[in-house]
Amino acid sequence: MTALETVIGLEVHVELGTKTKIFCSCAVEFGAPPNSHVCPVCLGSPGALPVLNEQALALGIRAALALNCSVPAQSKFDRKNYFYPDSPKAYQISQYDEPIGQHGFIEIAVGGEKKRIGITRVHLEEDAGKLNHSPYGDVSFVDLNRVGIPLIEIVSEPDIRSAEEARLYLEEIRSIMQYCLVSECRMEEGSLRCDANISLRPVGQREFGTKTEIKNMNSFRNVQRGLEYEQERQTGILARGENIAQQTLRWDEATGTTLVMRSKEDAHDYRYFPDPDLPRIVLSAAYIDARRDEIPELPAQMRERFEREYGLPAYDAGVLTASRGLAEYFDQTAQRVRDPKSASNWIMGELLAYLKAAMLEIDEIHVTPFALADLIRLIEDGTISAKIAKTLLKDMLDSGKDAKTLIAEQGLIQISDEGELRAIALRVLAANPKTVDDYRAGKEKALGSLVGQMMKETRGKANPQIVNRVILELIAGGE
Amino acid sequence: MDFFSSLQELHAGLLKREATASELADLSLQRIASLDDRVHAFLHVSADCVAAAKETETVIGQERILDGIPYALKDNMCTRGIETTCASHILKGYIPPYSATVAERLNDAGAVLMGKLNMDEFAMGSSTENSGFFPTRNPWNLERVPGGSSGGAAAAVAAGMVPFALGSDTGGSIRQPAAFCGVVGLKPSYGLVSRFGLVAFASSLDQIGPLTHTVEDAAIVLQAIAGKDERDSTSANIQAPDYRAALTGDVRGLRIGIASEYFGPSVEIGVRNAVTKAIALLEQLGATVSPISLPHTEYALSAYYLIAPAEASSNLARYDGVRYGVRAVDAGNLLDMYEKTRSTGFGSEVKRRILIGTYALSSGYYDDYYKRAQQVRTLIRQDFLDAFESVDVIVSPTAPTTAFRLGEKVHDPLTMYLSDICTIPVNLAGLPAISVPCGVIDGLPVGLQMIGRMFDEQTLLRVAHAYEQAAGMAPLRPALAMGVKA
Ligand SMILES: [Zn+2]
Repeated sequence: MTALETVIGLEVHVELGTKTKIFCSCAVEFGAPPNSHVCPVCLGSPGALPVLNEQALALGIRAALALNCSVPAQSKFDRKNYFYPDSPKAYQISQYDEPIGQHGFIEIAVGGEKKRIGITRVHLEEDAGKLNHSPYGDVSFVDLNRVGIPLIEIVSEPDIRSAEEARLYLEEIRSIMQYCLVSECRMEEGSLRCDANISLRPVGQREFGTKTEIKNMNSFRNVQRGLEYEQERQTGILARGENIAQQTLRWDEATGTTLVMRSKEDAHDYRYFPDPDLPRIVLSAAYIDARRDEIPELPAQMRERFEREYGLPAYDAGVLTASRGLAEYFDQTAQRVRDPKSASNWIMGELLAYLKAAMLEIDEIHVTPFALADLIRLIEDGTISAKIAKTLLKDMLDSGKDAKTLIAEQGLIQISDEGELRAIALRVLAANPKTVDDYRAGKEKALGSLVGQMMKETRGKANPQIVNRVILELIAGGE
Repeated sequence: MDFFSSLQELHAGLLKREATASELADLSLQRIASLDDRVHAFLHVSADCVAAAKETETVIGQERILDGIPYALKDNMCTRGIETTCASHILKGYIPPYSATVAERLNDAGAVLMGKLNMDEFAMGSSTENSGFFPTRNPWNLERVPGGSSGGAAAAVAAGMVPFALGSDTGGSIRQPAAFCGVVGLKPSYGLVSRFGLVAFASSLDQIGPLTHTVEDAAIVLQAIAGKDERDSTSANIQAPDYRAALTGDVRGLRIGIASEYFGPSVEIGVRNAVTKAIALLEQLGATVSPISLPHTEYALSAYYLIAPAEASSNLARYDGVRYGVRAVDAGNLLDMYEKTRSTGFGSEVKRRILIGTYALSSGYYDDYYKRAQQVRTLIRQDFLDAFESVDVIVSPTAPTTAFRLGEKVHDPLTMYLSDICTIPVNLAGLPAISVPCGVIDGLPVGLQMIGRMFDEQTLLRVAHAYEQAAGMAPLRPALAMGVKA
């Protein structure tokens, strides 16, 4: 049998981080009591009319530009008609044939190689409500707090070739949206959602195979798992010589399988038409430029710069650009130390471990990039040992005091004076003749024991390189 | 004083303490009590209108003409705390949590809401026979329809139950009933009056306007309700000018256009004669009259009956029984609930239009129907733009006939649709237009329609006012209203 190629396209919904909803002034708040953020407009009360939230438009345009889309001077809103209790007007205000952005792309790194994934379009729309099915009987409750929260839908080209690429693409989208302050993209809160289209075709064939659509993959891990499962399922069907049914599927996390939601025959006719309640969106070139100016250095550019400017390994650059806050933290630290790699090590090691344990974000800690850079410079100029620096960093994180203050308080300056260390070493050697003999007899370990004694005598402040050298010199000299 | 007095006269009477606002509200209640069991204009009479009137008595001032003046609203405008049904069973018992901008503005101006007026269900119709509750009758002849869809509004004003009312006009729904009932009906330019709180029929066509006895009264009410509303994105960013100041009585040099397309064979001879006479009077006043052409008029009806139902099919989808209004009780599942609620809640004309509209928007038909209709709409708009190069106002009959009999056209929707042939193109183009009485034939009033340039209500009102003054007919009083002591 010929080898098969997987073809995946993603539809990603991102909640825009506005204070209020897209067409009314209700507050946007996750986890509020049901139906506490509603008004006649988002409830679809008879006679109520939508008014576009300018902030939603601005964030949408910024997002489209950050995804390298072209933003046309004009676009419009359309109504997508369907009956369901989560949609109080029985239509969703969306954009059909004139979205705010199109023909964009992003780049992901696949096995060390850069790969470009096309973005077909980015459009603005309003979110729907939530249905809660009662466990006590044959009723459902509608929560309309989420109705009218602004979303953008980002539709990719079918350029994705594996479940892993899909996850990488989604992570990159999240990263870009976070960098641009468009959205916090919390998948667990639903502010980032992902549906996927997947099909298989023989390698070399141009036409696409029959696709299925998978919904409800509500974490990065589930996106990859769901697509891997579906890829295998389709492979199996084709291997048996059967045909793929065009269906919408639901990923079921519990069983790790996809379940049929509806088949092609049940496809909706949404009867899109221009919303007569909303005038066309007309954007000046100056307005679009202003949105472009709001876009900061994006993760891909930052990764590249960290590798180029600071000589970081790709792995470090990847970890450090996981969030804009972390990347800026590193950037500011690295600019102030001699060896940027040491800044990377400290942040990726001690700092990230601390953040994880304390469940904090990088901008919530006491230690500023300046304070961390000071600490690293104290190691670099030999004032303190790396070991003491570790303890110091913990104290800094706990107390908020800077390294110099803590060093002064605790008398922690490293002893690098060779004469002073030689005198202490002589005492240590004299007190441990057997250990000295052991070392001379070839027991390498004995040296460590002697160094340890030195550190004990100096309460850890002795410069370890000098200690090593002095001890070896004294032992050799005593022969 | 009665409700055939002008708003200015009523206001003067209040200032001179010849009557108090609560007495006017009482008078309105008496008129409703003595006439409405025959006319059936009201769906709901406000319980606290006299108390509301009392509140305005302390603030009545020179510049506040509407202070203490009773009025009523077509029942498709939301009123906080007062049932708003659009004359549909599906909204029976619906109490809006907020008021329409027009209701707020009239309330701020001191006008006193007497109640809510009957209409064709969801404003779909030309006779008010499509009301889900009962038909309204024409005060000039109780066997005749008052027109529609603002039939309750026209009848209530014509019978002197209230001095003015607000209606809404999607394809002629203010002007045609105004013509049938012998009152003045103004459809402002699209976007001049906020639609916030107007229950939508066809959003791109709907516009609220006044029904009054005189053109000056229409100008006064328009002044109170016109102007930008931040809650309606289609409301125009326009500072309303002083409309009464435009009523100079002078039309010398004004250029009037007559389009042959509006004088087709469906126009009854009596109507044609009355309109021709009116045009001659305007000429005598110094206006010049010239023929113009609106070549795409013949496509207007078809375009309208695709665009309006298409928008309606979407606007009315929200009446699903989930959140408000009436829900079918015996539904087994969600789909069943939708079907039963909508099947029993909507009347047949509403269902017909929802079906037409749904079809026109369906995949595979959109380009041939909805999109083509929008293209026709552009052509019709262009027709008017071209015409207004050479004329200032276009004059025509408002409706091809006078009021027809109840039941006469109810089973023939296509003929019924034809009664809006002169008014529909105006909505498609978004222009302002007014209907003023221009005669009475066989005991039934005839309406004269004047169409103006976009947002040029001033010229429109000036011509209408000059005609009205010269014709000396206003206000028209039906016999029914004369027989009542108030
Ligand atoms: Zn709201």
